[in-house]
Amino acid sequence: MTEQLSESGPPGSFPPPGKWQMARVTGIRPETPTAKTFRLALSEPAPYLAGQHFLIRLTAPDGYRAQRSYSVASAPGDSGEIELTVEHLPDGEVSSFLHEVVMVGDELEVRGPIGGWFVWRGATPAVLIGGGSGVVPLMAMLRLARQTGRADLVNLVVSVRRPEELYYAAELPGPETTIIYTRSTPPSWPRRAGRLTPADLPGPLNPEATGFVCGSSGFADAATAVLRRAGMPVERIRVERFGPTG
Amino acid sequence: MVFTRGFRGRRPRDPRLPPGQYDVGTDWPVLTAEATPTLSTANWSFNIEGLVEQPVKWAWDEIRALPGSDYAGDIHCVTTWSKLGVSFHGVSVDTLLAAARPMPSASFVLATSHTGYTTNLPLADVTGGKAWVVWDFEGRPLAKEHGGPARLLVPHLYFWKSAKWVSGLRLLDHDEPGFWERNGYHDRGDPWLEQRYQGD
Repeated sequence: MTEQLSESGPPGSFPPPGKWQMARVTGIRPETPTAKTFRLALSEPAPYLAGQHFLIRLTAPDGYRAQRSYSVASAPGDSGEIELTVEHLPDGEVSSFLHEVVMVGDELEVRGPIGGWFVWRGATPAVLIGGGSGVVPLMAMLRLARQTGRADLVNLVVSVRRPEELYYAAELPGPETTIIYTRSTPPSWPRRAGRLTPADLPGPLNPEATGFVCGSSGFADAATAVLRRAGMPVERIRVERFGPTG
Repeated sequence: MVFTRGFRGRRPRDPRLPPGQYDVGTDWPVLTAEATPTLSTANWSFNIEGLVEQPVKWAWDEIRALPGSDYAGDIHCVTTWSKLGVSFHGVSVDTLLAAARPMPSASFVLATSHTGYTTNLPLADVTGGKAWVVWDFEGRPLAKEHGGPARLLVPHLYFWKSAKWVSGLRLLDHDEPGFWERNGYHDRGDPWLEQRYQGD
């Protein structure tokens, strides 16, 4: 999330996030050697949009607290559960705790959903470009598109350094997705390892499409430049940058 | 208060950190939701308008010729990072407002950016030595991804109030929510009160 964004495009509006609530961990599964998905059952289920995020807050016995925001990876639905994929940052106070201590059955304090800008409502064409862990909110969009039978609306391009860093590797591939490896590729991969270029985008861009770019700041700038070179007006591009969020 | 099983937290905690914040160290995360604009100093300007006796507009060379002012201290982003012990150089908003002479009815400002971004603040939060327009960070020109050529700096509030690529202040007699504020974020944003979202 966000220090500043520009007011381009219609301003979204979303209700203030609800109060802190308890969520029970109902599942934990590894996505990569350094990323796990945590499935949480909310005590007070809240509808959310693809692209939004939730906060997790940890409280120590002396009252010390730490909180971070994590994008929702699951498609909106009425299960009352959400999935958050968390990259384990070596110095990350919260991500280290989630990876090393949290078990199924634990209760975590959460708040959300949050974010009224970087959201896709499932009805308009969208080009999604994610770098590394930046794929998480885009995965919620892809899953929504597939579940509603509107995969034709989205194109997802994911850039990772090497195969073992690809999130959702079993689920993500499909006719609407493109995987870019920048350092090393799987055996006999048709594309050489290298950074994203306009040639990696799927065909001519739909002029009605909105661009959703998510990743590190450097990746976000590079991906934005690729979209612009491919002809997408800057006001159609929405960006979410991941800083070190521990 | 609900405690988290097994969580003890990192110690010691720097007393300069507001609740829920962590020290980002030497990094300075870039968090904007759009492409970074390339704005030349020749195209940059800053104006004060609205409820003032004398609307004023400064070009780049003009604002830099004003008496300078420094900030040394901490900054806090609503995404929970804080950056401690930083320094900025620019001009105090007090100096700028003195030229424009706010009317007695002015009680809020809407800060605007060259990108179209807006954010709202009580006038009292940008007066009395609490706010600056800055162009140097740690003695060097402010990088464009951090709002260069110049940004607003209101370090006692969450950093989305410190509009990047700032273009001016509009003085108002009412509070008019800016971009993030219309999107659910708090109208004031005091990090020590954890005023992150509307209703906090």
